[in-house]
This record gives sequence, structure tokens and C-alpha cells, in this order.
Amino acid sequence: MRERSGTPNFREVGRERNYGRQFESTSCSLETLRGSSALYSAGTMLKGMTRLISRAHKLDRGRFLHTGTQTPQTIAAHLDNPAPVESPRAISRTSESDPAKHGEQQEGQHYNIPHQDLKTVFPHGLPPRFVMQVKTFNEACLMVRKPALELLHYLKNTNFAHPAVRYILYGEKGTGKTLSLCHVVHFCAKQDWLILHVPDAHRWVKNCRDLLQSTYNKQRLDQPLEASTWLKNFRTSNERFLSQIKVQEKYVWNKRESTEKGSPLGDVVEQGITRVRNATDAVGIVLKELRRQSSCGIFHLLVAVDGVNALWGRTTLKREDKSPIAPEELAFIYNLRKMVKNDWNGGAIVLTLSQTGSLFKPRTAYMPQELLGEEGFNALDPFIPILVSNYNPKEFQSCIQYYLENNWLQHEKAHTEGGMKELLFLSNANPGQLERLCAYL
Amino acid sequence: MAAPCVFCGPAIASRFFLGGRVTLAQGQGIWKPAAAELQAGTRSQILRLKHLTVVKTKKNVAASRPEKYTVDFIKKQIEEFNIGKRHLANMMGEDPETFTQEDIDRAIVYLFPSGLFEKQARPSMKHPDYIFPKQSAIQWGEDGRPFHFLFYTGKQSYYSLMHEAYGKFLDAEKRQNQLQAKDLQMEKTKTKDPIVSRWLIKEELEGMLAEKLSDRDYTRFIQLVERFSTLQCGAAEEEFLRRFRRSVTIQSKKQLTERLQYDEQGRAFSTSEGKRKSAKAEVVVYEHGNGKIKVNGVDHLLYFPVTQDREQLMFPFHFLDRLGKHDVNCTVSGGGRSAQAGAIRLATARALCSFVTEDEVEWMRQAGLLTTDPRVRERKKPGQEGARRKFTWKKR
Repeated sequence: MRERSGTPNFREVGRERNYGRQFESTSCSLETLRGSSALYSAGTMLKGMTRLISRAHKLDRGRFLHTGTQTPQTIAAHLDNPAPVESPRAISRTSESDPAKHGEQQEGQHYNIPHQDLKTVFPHGLPPRFVMQVKTFNEACLMVRKPALELLHYLKNTNFAHPAVRYILYGEKGTGKTLSLCHVVHFCAKQDWLILHVPDAHRWVKNCRDLLQSTYNKQRLDQPLEASTWLKNFRTSNERFLSQIKVQEKYVWNKRESTEKGSPLGDVVEQGITRVRNATDAVGIVLKELRRQSSCGIFHLLVAVDGVNALWGRTTLKREDKSPIAPEELAFIYNLRKMVKNDWNGGAIVLTLSQTGSLFKPRTAYMPQELLGEEGFNALDPFIPILVSNYNPKEFQSCIQYYLENNWLQHEKAHTEGGMKELLFLSNANPGQLERLCAYL
Repeated sequence: MAAPCVFCGPAIASRFFLGGRVTLAQGQGIWKPAAAELQAGTRSQILRLKHLTVVKTKKNVAASRPEKYTVDFIKKQIEEFNIGKRHLANMMGEDPETFTQEDIDRAIVYLFPSGLFEKQARPSMKHPDYIFPKQSAIQWGEDGRPFHFLFYTGKQSYYSLMHEAYGKFLDAEKRQNQLQAKDLQMEKTKTKDPIVSRWLIKEELEGMLAEKLSDRDYTRFIQLVERFSTLQCGAAEEEFLRRFRRSVTIQSKKQLTERLQYDEQGRAFSTSEGKRKSAKAEVVVYEHGNGKIKVNGVDHLLYFPVTQDREQLMFPFHFLDRLGKHDVNCTVSGGGRSAQAGAIRLATARALCSFVTEDEVEWMRQAGLLTTDPRVRERKKPGQEGARRKFTWKKR
């Protein structure tokens, strides 16, 4: 049964990190190569312990799609370690490709997302580093982790009659919140929900070149380019729904064009894509219609917003007279805020906090209170917080195995115990850090 | 009075109100008018002295060689120094008998506080042996005849030493041959010093002989002494040879190892400090742990986002193969991020000394983990833009 918390009491879902493993071997650390210390003289060579670590891990932000099938093995060229083939595989991969069937046993293992799903479900949802990894390895593998499993459990038991529950994934930087979100989105897509995925809300509040005054409401501002790209991606991911859902009002775009009542939602989306000027309004309409109609029961709606703290932060955008713009004045943000309010039912809202793209927030901030601010926190008030933390040792092992299998770690000491210990220390089991470290090796 | 006063000034300034003579470490030419007794301070005497000074310096204008001091002169300086020492002790209210050089230094610093940066420019009072360069006294008598028979070789003390050593060597050889002939030869028992010793290096030998040597001279000497030491010789010869040996102290024995302390739960931990540039770190390393490191209460991954800094932290543990075995809690302040990382590294290495064998401590020392990095920011000089960078050179 899904539990709904009336008050935001924080449950610490953080796991105990246990680093004390009995790894013994001497491996060369990269520090000798990087020449970190001036006093690190040839004296070390006296001892005969040269340490070089191969850190050929390119680690994406922690979460890997579970490799379900055995076929990706044929795609990925391998294997240097022929003898213990089964056991590393057993650690790092599982054959379950369907997120719905993921359970406790698959925790720590990677499952594969088929390429088809990748195109339809995630036209814009994956973080850029992960996209690069997918391209390199020719497969998209996500790791099953506890926060995602928890979330899936809640979503499976959603009561669609109740108002939508908000789940917030929060955690330190680089722990894998975005990829957890992607896991959940994949699950919902498989379950035939309608996915409303905003990949990075921060992209809407900064670096926007053209801002138009909104046609709908004079005080707000439009972002035509971003809106049209988003509409395109939305169309790719939810093709089948666009013809089923009918709009319930007449919308007049301008003197010549209008959308009649009862026409499919696809028309609105087309209108937004073709007429870029009205794209933001089209987005607003889509959101409104979906909100209204999700309670009817035709479809389940999943609202997935990454970096939701952008909605209540500050923007770096300025008007022509150099006065700053508050987020509410952006039409998209305004509509999105309405969307994440839990006054509709028939779906769920999964949000992620992100410090990485956030504006004017300190690097060490990761709690909802800090990142959302007073206003945001009150707006999102009854929500279920889910902490995403660093890897536990099993997940860490699994991740490294995955890299080794894909031949990503080229350093000769990468698969030694000592090498893994060093990686563990340096990255502190933080998925993002591990990925960046392994990129060098 | 005008002209003499020029000379008078420094001359009188030297006659301080102290009983002793405080010799400033400057050119001693001014002190050449040596023989005046200090207590005799009548003006006429001073005047007379000053005239003497004038005369003397005029005579020696042509001489550019370094002044050679007579043995008597040095002896007089020593006497004056001792008398001065006693007066100084009286002034400070201490016992003149047990007035050591450190006490003298402290007294001078107290009486003549100086704000000069250069330590050697400050007033000091030292034994004449330290002040006057150790040079050979004037080697000839009043008739111009040199004292030593090897004076005209140019390096009389070196050659006399070689001569003496070779003579002893020949004697020892003769004795050994006699013993061999009588079949009473005893095996040369190599008495190895418990502390390893080495021969004098060239600079030390030069200092001992107060003469400049060439490399070849030094090599010849060492060869002779080596050959001598392989022979079996009596106690006198051993004594003679020991003058030329210095002991080599093993550096690592000087390394202080921190004591282990035990906290309430019975866990062993050790504390130590480290410094780098202007960063200071204090580190507590617990014996049994996960490998977690907390810096100023924050996890090390958050405190040091740069990989290089974290590698610095990792270095001591990695070197000793104890990566996941200790917990660390540290506080650090000052400096920049790299300096703080270096300070913590030094402190953890020192703290780990108490958990580790002596051999490993020596290895750490050789790896440079236990040495404070002496580099600090170099000061900016006037006339330059930075410490080294000069202003842009413009041709015109």
C-alpha cells in the first residue's frame, strides 16, 4: 500500500557505506603519473612499489540501465577475463529487461534498455554523459538501485483515485538522481502511461536567447525555441496518445488559425511545432488538457521533472532594460508549476532536485529545503522524499565489472583489488565521480 | 678634530659601556689598533690611538691580501672576550663562572634589540675563534725565516700531515712484517663501529688544515689513510685515524613517532599536525575503520572536489597499503585548496607512523611523506612586478 505522508517527515534512506574490504595488492596510482607531489622522489622506487592504477572507468552518473538480455554481450566486444565469466556477469548484469519485474534480486545489477525504447521513451531524457556512454558501448544499461526500486513499488501501488503523489529524489551531487528518474520513466512507459518528461528545468531559466512577450498574457514571456523542441520530443515519446486525447475547448491561435473543440491533442502539438511563436502557449494548453483529463481514467499521467528547484529559484535572464526576470514571468515555468501541484489525480509526479544546473545555490546544498527555498518547499509541501546516496560496495563492484566487461578500463591494474580500492577511495563511491575518473583510464 | 673624529667615531662606538668588547661582525680593519687596554679610557690615549690608526691604515693602503693575524693577536682577543664575558655576566646579574654562549646571546639581544632582518647583521658577541676566519697564523718570525720546514711547498699543513701519516704507515708496515716473520701475526680484527662512520669530506679536511686543497690532494690523502686502516696497527695509530672519521647518523632514528592514544570505546587513535605553505592541519587517525575521511566535518569528496587533492590524501594510505583500514577526522585552516591537501597529507603520514613498523617509517621518509615542504611564497621585490617577473623591458 502506498503510504502518503501528510507532513514532510524525512526518512533517511541512506545506506551505510562499508569500505572495509580486504583488498590487498600493490597497484600503481595515477598520482605518480600526475606528479602530484614535488617531494615524491625516486625514493618510492627504492621500495620497489610502483603504483599505477588503471582507472579506465567511464562511469555515468551512477545509474545504469539494467542489462536484461544476454545479447548485449555479443554487441560489446570482450572478454579479457575468460575464466570467471559467470560470476562477474552475475554481479553486474541481469536479464530482466522490463522494469516492472525488477525486484530485490536485481539490486546492483545492470539491465539493458532496447534501442527501440531508447528512441521512443528517451528522446531527450537522458543526461548527456550517459548518452555518450550509450553511444560508446552501443548499449544502454542502467543499474537497478534501491531508490528506484522503492519508487517503482510505490508507483505500482498507486491509487489513481487519490490526488497525485509527489516524490522527490534528492541527494548529493552525482549520486544518480537523474538516472533513477529515467528508470522510473522507462517503467511507466512500459506500463503505458503518458510521460510528461521535462529533462532539465534549469535549461529553461538560463541561456535563453529569444524571449517573446506572450500572446496569451501580456505580462509573461515566451520561449519559442525551447518550447518547440520540447513539443517535438513530447510527440516522439507519446505518439499513440496524441490521437486518443481530445481537447475540450476551442483555442484560437491567431486570426486565421484555431483548434476546434474535440480535435485530437496532436493538432495542438503540431500547431506548436509549426508555428514557433505559439509554441509556449501550445505547451501550456497541452499541460492544461492533460491535467484535466487524467482524472477521467483514459490514461495515467506521469509528470517527471528534473531539476525542479529551477521552478522556484532565480533566473539569469534579463529583459532588454536589464531588469531580472522572476521565474513566474516565464509562461512555461508558470504552467509547469501548476502541473506539479497535486490537485489532479490519475497519475504521479516524480521530481528531482539538482544542484548541478542550479543558479545561485552553493555547491554543497543538496537538501530540499536548501535547494527549493521557502517558496518552493511550501508549494511542494506534502511530498515523499527519497534519498539517493552513493554506491554501496556491491553496487560499486557491479559498476566496475560492467566497465571491465565493456573494456572501458584499459589500465592494467584496473581489475586488481588494489586498483579497485584506490578507485573507491578517490571517488568515495560517488557514481558521478567514478565515471569521471574512469574516463581517464 | 674633524678628520680624526671620522676615525674616532667608530673607534669610540666600539668602546661601549660594557666592560667587554662587543665585536661587530664587520671588517676587522678598524679593530686593528688592537692592543689598547679598555679600562684606559683617557682622551689623550684615545687620541693617540686614533693617530696610530691613521698611521697604520695609511701604511697598509697598498695591501689587498686578507689580513693575517698573529697568534698573539688572537690570544689577546680571546682574553678580552673572556673578560667581557665576565663583565656581561655581572651586568645581567648572573654567575660569571657559568655564563654560557647562549646566555651571552640572550643578553646581547636584550641589551641591543635590533630590528634588522639579516641575522648576521645584528650585534653579537662570540668567541674570537668563530669571528676570525680560521687562517694560519703568520708563519715566519721577525727575521723572515719561516717556522715550518715545509713552508715553501705552499700547503704546509697538508704536506706535513701526509708526511706524518706516511711515516706512521711505514712503521706499522715494518712492524707487521716483523710479526709475520715471527709468525705471530694476528688476524686483523675489524672493529666495526656500531655507528657507521665515514672519512672526512674535502671541505672538512680543508677546515681542519686551514688550507685550500685540490681534489687530487684529497684523493691522495684518502688513499693513504685507507691503506693505513687496512693494516693492523696499535692503539696510537687507531687514535690517529679516528681523527679523520666522522660518524653517520641514521636519519630516520630522529623521526619522532607519535604515541598511540585510546578513546572511550577502546579504539586506538593518534593525532598529529602538518603544515604546508600557510595551511595548518590537525589529523586524528583511528585504527580500525572504513576508510572514511572527514575534513572539517564534511566528507572529503565534498571538501575537495578536485581529484588531485584527493589523490594527495590517498597517498600515505596507498603507500602503506592501508587504504580502507583507517578512519580519519581532520581540521584544516588557512592556505588554498592545494596547500590544505598537502598539509593533511603530511599530518596523516605522521599519524600513521605510530601504527606502522620502523622500516615502513623509513620508507615513508624516503618517499618524502614525512618532510614538511619548505616552499613558501616568495616575496615580491621592489623594481619588479612579482617575485621573479620583471617589468616589461622597453627599448626606449
